[in-house]
Parts: sequence; structure tokens; C-alpha cells
Amino acid sequence: MMTLIVVLGVILVLTILYMIFRISNLVSVAKGKKEGEVDSSNSINAMLFLLFAIFGFTGFFWYSYANFDKYTLPIASEHGAWTDTLFWITMGVTVVAFTIISIIKFVFIYQYQYKEGRKATFYPDNHYLELAWTIIPAIVLAVLIFTGLRAWNDITSPASEDAEVIEVIAQQFAWTARYPGKDKVLGEYHYQKIDAINEFGLVLTDNNTYDDFKSLELHIPKGKEVLLKIRAKDVLHSVFLPHFRVKMDAVPGMPTQFKFTATKTTKEMRDELGNPDFNYELACTEICGKGHFSMKMPVVVDTPEDFEKWKMEQEAWLKQNPDYLKNVPASLRESAMIKAGIPVDNDAFVQATQTAVGSN
Amino acid sequence: MATTHTHTNIDVHHHDDHEHEHHEGNFWTTYIFSQDHKVIAKQFLITGMFWALFGGLLSVIFRLQLGFPDMSLEWLRPMLGGWITPEGKLDPEFYLALVTMHGTIMVFFVLTAGLSGTFSNFLIPLQIGARDMASGFMNMLSYWFFFLSSVVMMSSFFLETGPAGGGWTVYPPLSALPQAIQGSGLGMTLWLVAMALFIVSTLLGGINYITTVINMRTRGMSFTRMPLTIWAFFFTAIIGLLSFPVLFAAALLLIFDRSFGTSFFLSDIYIGGEALTNVGGSPILFQHLFWFLGHPEVYIVLLPALGITSEIIATNSRKPIFGYKAMIGSMLFIAILSFIVWAHHMFVTGMNPFLGSIFMLLTLIIAVPSAVKIFNYVTTLWKGNIRFTSAMLFSIGLVSFFLTGGITGIFLGNSAIDIQLHDTYFVVAHFHLVMGSASFFGMLAGIYHWFPKMFGRMMNEKLGYIHFWLSFVGVYMVFFPMHYIGIAGFPRRYYSFTNFETFSGFTDLNTLVSIAAVFTLTAQLIFLFNFFYSIFRGKLASANPWKSTTLEWTTPRLPGHGNWPGEIPAVYRWPYDYSKPGAKDDYIPQTVPYSETPESNLPHENEMIKLETSGGHGAIVVEGEKH
Repeated sequence: MMTLIVVLGVILVLTILYMIFRISNLVSVAKGKKEGEVDSSNSINAMLFLLFAIFGFTGFFWYSYANFDKYTLPIASEHGAWTDTLFWITMGVTVVAFTIISIIKFVFIYQYQYKEGRKATFYPDNHYLELAWTIIPAIVLAVLIFTGLRAWNDITSPASEDAEVIEVIAQQFAWTARYPGKDKVLGEYHYQKIDAINEFGLVLTDNNTYDDFKSLELHIPKGKEVLLKIRAKDVLHSVFLPHFRVKMDAVPGMPTQFKFTATKTTKEMRDELGNPDFNYELACTEICGKGHFSMKMPVVVDTPEDFEKWKMEQEAWLKQNPDYLKNVPASLRESAMIKAGIPVDNDAFVQATQTAVGSN
Repeated sequence: MATTHTHTNIDVHHHDDHEHEHHEGNFWTTYIFSQDHKVIAKQFLITGMFWALFGGLLSVIFRLQLGFPDMSLEWLRPMLGGWITPEGKLDPEFYLALVTMHGTIMVFFVLTAGLSGTFSNFLIPLQIGARDMASGFMNMLSYWFFFLSSVVMMSSFFLETGPAGGGWTVYPPLSALPQAIQGSGLGMTLWLVAMALFIVSTLLGGINYITTVINMRTRGMSFTRMPLTIWAFFFTAIIGLLSFPVLFAAALLLIFDRSFGTSFFLSDIYIGGEALTNVGGSPILFQHLFWFLGHPEVYIVLLPALGITSEIIATNSRKPIFGYKAMIGSMLFIAILSFIVWAHHMFVTGMNPFLGSIFMLLTLIIAVPSAVKIFNYVTTLWKGNIRFTSAMLFSIGLVSFFLTGGITGIFLGNSAIDIQLHDTYFVVAHFHLVMGSASFFGMLAGIYHWFPKMFGRMMNEKLGYIHFWLSFVGVYMVFFPMHYIGIAGFPRRYYSFTNFETFSGFTDLNTLVSIAAVFTLTAQLIFLFNFFYSIFRGKLASANPWKSTTLEWTTPRLPGHGNWPGEIPAVYRWPYDYSKPGAKDDYIPQTVPYSETPESNLPHENEMIKLETSGGHGAIVVEGEKH
């Protein structure tokens, strides 16, 4: 039934269009209308432009005002407040310019529509006018450029020494995070060490790897600078933390980074929004294949205390995968176990030692 | 009448005439392997229109997925087969292929070949007063390389693994590794081959356009008397000539990486349970090479549309274009700047942030010449006597899109603001308005305006109005809401938004956008009907239906091979003498010497009369040297 109505509607519209077409043809023949002669459609078109401008601007301002909370994301980072301010300053400047130019344009279109017998004004140039509208935009842009540059330089400047370093690793189609553990230093990795279990590609000859731990949730502390170290295993991905105004591509073969400071814990944001189910999210914004649209990582912002507590509760990757102790050089094995928090009487350790002895 | 003035020259040499009378060929040489620039232009136009429709159709399919995620697309199965999942949904990988091919087709096949190919070919010889392009044969090759490229690109839709699916920017490693996405198999190979052929076509065309403009202008057609269309085509061809070879290099290196085991763009990759041996390459290098073409490409697409618009707005406002020299200057400035802003596409790719600062500075400078152009268009309307022909409506539409889409560039060019907006729908809204829709409207304006010269008949104006209003409102309904979706952070190229809480809103706007997209595409059928109907049944046009000043309107209703039946007319004045005070008509064609219009000459123009006549009596100094 619905299909029938749609089909009939389409046929009706087509018929109407064809009738308009035929009638306009016949009328112009009957009137003996000459080419280039202007008829009543001209003023209709002029009027339509004016109506378009009125409805368009009304719609634009009304929607922008009424749905402000819907299309603006709350800010949860220090630099985010700054870039959003720049965004809204630019918005102010451009909307004013846009509105003025548009109004002038549509008024001219309406006012100077064809009138029989009037002659257009021959006005080929005016250097002062042209100079004015070259220089004014240039000055306005210079201001925008310099405020933008300051923000950009600040955002991309090196992170402080005591920043919380967290590594985010992208792969089709999941994110994992690696934390440096108690020594606060991320251990070495190499892509050829990657396998199904050693998904970070940890180089187990490096002392710093032993206490590194893995997390499928990105936990970050509030009020402390975080330095995200970003890398990708397979193709390009991009770390996007919309509430923190953070975005940086993950590039295979070229580690990237982004530093920021969160300003609101998950709980604070839930209270602010009145939404107890709210969660921060990390999304992928660089096309990476079939599952691009579902490549999500949950993000939790804790108070610094909760964050430290959470870190203490995590088990080192090596502890979770004691089989890999056999890849640790014998000389480092004991300190590795201590760093990773593995009890020294562990079976895997015994086996690893035995294999090591056996292979000798 | 305009044409009578050209025959003030009495001693016309007639050897020009018989030269082109002998060009009557058979069907194949006249319509298929033609070397006539007008036929080649029409070939580009028809092929471009086919691709526009096809590219539009692709976008409607993926808009159905985005706007109506619950809709069953089972009815597309007869056409798409296995690309519809058993649940009746679009396959996510095919969704990406659709997005990729929509971009590739629209940017390259429609707005580069369809726009430049049509109008540079058609208008350059006609507006500068030449019999044809510098090399008719190269011109023909240019079309047939494009055709070949089209065939290769189209054939990738018939592969089991589908066409390329890594985005129109084909960033490696995704585009280099078939194990990463199906489209990077044979589909990507065909994409690269098609693009290589396409670049050959563009270069053959571009060399021709440049040579023709420089060498083959008629007597009196100095550079400062060229219509802005020609200036625009000229700059476009130069930009293309300098930037397309870089894409060719990038494509070639990508082919090596894909097929011969090199590592230009690949390094440290672990995929499908296996660590690849490639080391030392850089995916960022590809992005630099790609955008070194990619950004100028934006202006390759846009400048011809701006040129066409300048011409149409001046003609239909019955006023000279305001600031002719400023218009040329701003185009030149834009053309130069277009080469040194490419990395603003790469602010957050991990490129050195210092480079980001430099490119942000250079990028925002582009806003200045762009603003000058907008102001000049608006001032051209001021105190005009505006006729709203279909072409004029589309030109005004272009100015509107150029403004709306252009100012959002000020956000995106600012690297600090771009952090949040990069790769969101805000970018999609921006470039679809400023480059996609604006250029597309420029192309439509050009078709409506020059149709009488192309086919000797008029298109139906009423249908043109309806086509315009539906398209104009439609395009805004499609792209304006995307700004809000983008500010809210929605990433582009997402198959669905259900996986994220943050992006769970705006189903209403997404549905609206999709409905508007279907609606806008449907409105184009009115145009197609009007176009094809008018070719055969349209009202016969006169030689100069718009009362325009430029040279193409001094040709007969349907110019034959060689364009002018007699001597090529000479040019005595700039192309924008509309509504000159004192003049009898509200336009003076370029072929009218100042000596014939003492009533309207400006003081410095009276000086020019001496130059016109210094060679003796009559209006023309030398003749018969041009063939």
C-alpha cells in the first residue's frame, strides 16, 4: 500500500513538472516571447532569494540556540577550554561576517532585479574599496592566527618531566593501553616481537618491561598531566578523545604523542550532566577498515588517589603471562620476577629455569 | 548586431574558409575520434554527467545506511548481491568502498575532467579567438585516456573483492595491504591504474590549454583583455601541470610497495598474525605527496567554477565584473598559495608541530584573496539590472556556497581548533559546500549558459528554475546540518554510530540529511530531462542569446569546425563593457573598435583609437596571419 502511494506520488510530481514544462513552452510560443526578454519569473526568483535568506537565517539561529547543549560536548581538559574559546571566538567573527555579507548579497539580489528601462551602473573598480576589504580580513585573520598559534604551540610543547606516561596501542579494531608500572618507565618494544600473547611486542631483555601492565580501559588521573604515547601495529588509526579535545593519529613505524590534563573525573561529569550512565570514550577517527566505526575504548578519569589505587591493583603483564619468563635472560630473571610481582616459587619460573638449563 | 562589426575588415582572405570546409569527416572522425575542441568538450561533458549521476547514486546508498540504519536494504540485492549482508544490511566494507569511490569519482572524474575538460576545451578557443586547440590530436588523446581511465575505474565495481575502500585519499598502509581491507586487493590496483591514466589525460589537456592561451589569442586579445573564465582555466591548467605529476609519483611508489616489496610507505607492521619485513618507510611521506596534489586539486576544481561564475554574473547583472584586475590577482595568489598549504590536512597526523604552525599561517592567508572574490561578486550585483537566468541562479548559488563553506575553513585552518574538528562531519560539511557543491553549481551554471552555443538550442528556463531551487535548498539541507553533527564530534566514514554513547544523538538530523540527499539527487533528473530534450527539441537559439560581449557569441548559432566561417575577429576592448554610459545598447562586444563608439569611450580609450587605426584605413592592422 505504502509503495503504491509513493509510486503514485512520484508519478503525480513528474506529471506536474512535465505540465509546467509544456505550458511554459506553449505560453512563450503564444506570446511570441523573444529571447533574453525578461518575464515575471524574474521577480519571483528575486523574491524567492529573499525568502530563502529569511527562512535560512531564522532556521540557522533558532536551531543553533535551541539545540546548543545537544551539539556542544562538555569540556573535560585544560587545553580544551582554551581551544573551545578560540572556536567560539572564530564562530563569533565568522557568523557576524557571514550574516552581514549574506544580507547585503540577498538585498542586492532583490533590490537590483531587472527593471524595464533601467540601466546598470558602470562601476568597474574602486581601489580604496578593494584595499579596504583586503586589509580588514587580513587584520582579523592575523589576530585569529596569532591566538591560534599560541594555543597550538602550548598544546604541542614537550610534556613535563613528571607527566603520567601511558601508551595507547591501536590495531584493527581495538585499543589497548600499556602503563609503565612502578618504575614509571615504559619498557622497550619491537614490532617483530609481537605475537598473539605478547601483543605489545615487549623486548624482554629490557629491565623496564617487567612491571609494565596492560589495560583495556584507559584510566587517567584528574588534574595531572598525562602524556599519551601512541602507536599502531597495522594501519593508520587515530586517537580521538572528544571530551578532552584530543586527537592524534596512530602511525605504524612512527610513535606519536599528545599531552593533556583532565579536569573532571567520570563521576563529576556524571553529576554535571545528570546522567549516571555517562562514560568517556576513545574513538578511532582515521579510516582503518571494516570495524573502524566500532573501534572504541572506555575511558575512566579517576581522582589522583583512586588512580594510584587502581594502578596498584593491576598485575604486570609478565605476571599474567609467566610463560614468557623463558625469554628473559637468566641473569635478569630473578629481578624480573620481583619487578613483575611473581612469587619466586612459581611453577613457570621453575620450568623456565629448567628449559634454560636443559637447552644449555 | 555584434557580428556585423567584425566584418568591417574588407580584405578578408578566404583561404581560411576552404581549409575547414574539408574537415567534413565520417561519423567516427566527427563524433568519436574527433579533434574538434567543441566535440571533445561535449564528450567530456556527457562522460562527466554520467559519473556525476553514478557518484551521486553511491552517496545516496550510503546515506540510506546512515539516515535509516534499521531499514532493510534487501531490495538492493539484485544490484549489489553479496554486498548486502544476510540480514539485509549494507556490508561495512562495501560502505567504505562506496565512500571511497564517491569521493574519487566526484573529485576527479566529475569536477576535474567533467568541469575543466568541458569548459576549458569548449571556451578557450572560442573566447580567445582561435580555430581550435594548439594540438587537436593531444586533445583527443586527453579525452580517450580519460575514457580508458573511466572504464578501468568502473570495472573495479565488478570485482568480487570490490572497488578500493581505503578512502579517496588512499592512505597506506591500509591501501597497501590486501589483508587489511578487501578493497586493497585488485580494486586498489585498478584504482591506481585508473588514476595513472587519468593523470596522463589531465596533463595532455593541461599542456594544450596553457599553450593555446599563450600562443593562439587573436589579434588584440592581450592578457588583460581575456575573460576571467580564460584566466581561471589558465591558472587551473598550470596548477594541474605542476601538481598532478606528484600524485603520479605517489601512486607509482604505492604500486611498488604493493607489488614489488619496497618500503616507501610501510614500516613496522604486524598484521594478520604476522610481522611484515618492511622497515624504514613512512606513511606520512605518502600523505605529504598526496596532499601536494590534493590541496591544489581543490583549486583545480574550484577556479574554473569561479571563472564561469564571474562571466555569468557580469553578463546577467549587465555590469562589468567589479575589480577585474583584483579578480585576476586573487586567482593568481590563490594559485600560488595552493601549493604551500597542503599540510593543513595533516595537523594531527604526527607531523612535526612546528610545521603545523607554518602551514596554519599560510593556510589562513588564503582567506584574504577568497574574501576579495566574494566582495567583488557582491559588488558586481550592486546597482546592476539583474536577469535571473538559470545560469545566473546557479552562479548566485555558487557564491552562497563559497561563502558558507569558505568561512568554516577559518576554523579548520587553525591547527588548535582543528584538533577537535579534524576528520569529523564538520570537515565533510566544509568541503562539500566550498568545493563540491560550489564547483558543481559552477558546472551547472556553465552548462545552462553555454548550452545555446554548444547545441544551438535553448534549455527550458522554467525547468531550470525548478532545478535550481530544489538543488539549492536541497544542498543546504544536506550539508548545513552536518556542521552541528561535526561540532558534536561525529567522526566521518563511520558505518554506524550505535557503538558510541558520545555519538548516539542526532538520528533526526542524520535522517533529514539522507532524505535531503535523495531529494537533491532526484531533482537532478529534471536537469537531465531538460538537457537531453533541449538538445533535440529545444527552442532554436540566436547567435548571442544573453547579449554577451565575449568572442564565442560572435560565432554562428552552431559554430562548425574552425569556429568562425570567415576571418577570426579581432579584439579591441576588455570583455566587460556592459551598461557603459553613453552606449546605445547595454553591452559592447569585444570586437567593436573604440573608433566606432565615440559616444561611450572613456578618455584613455579615445587614446586607443590611434593604435587601432595606425596601420592605415579600416579597423584592423594586419590580417591573414592566423590560421
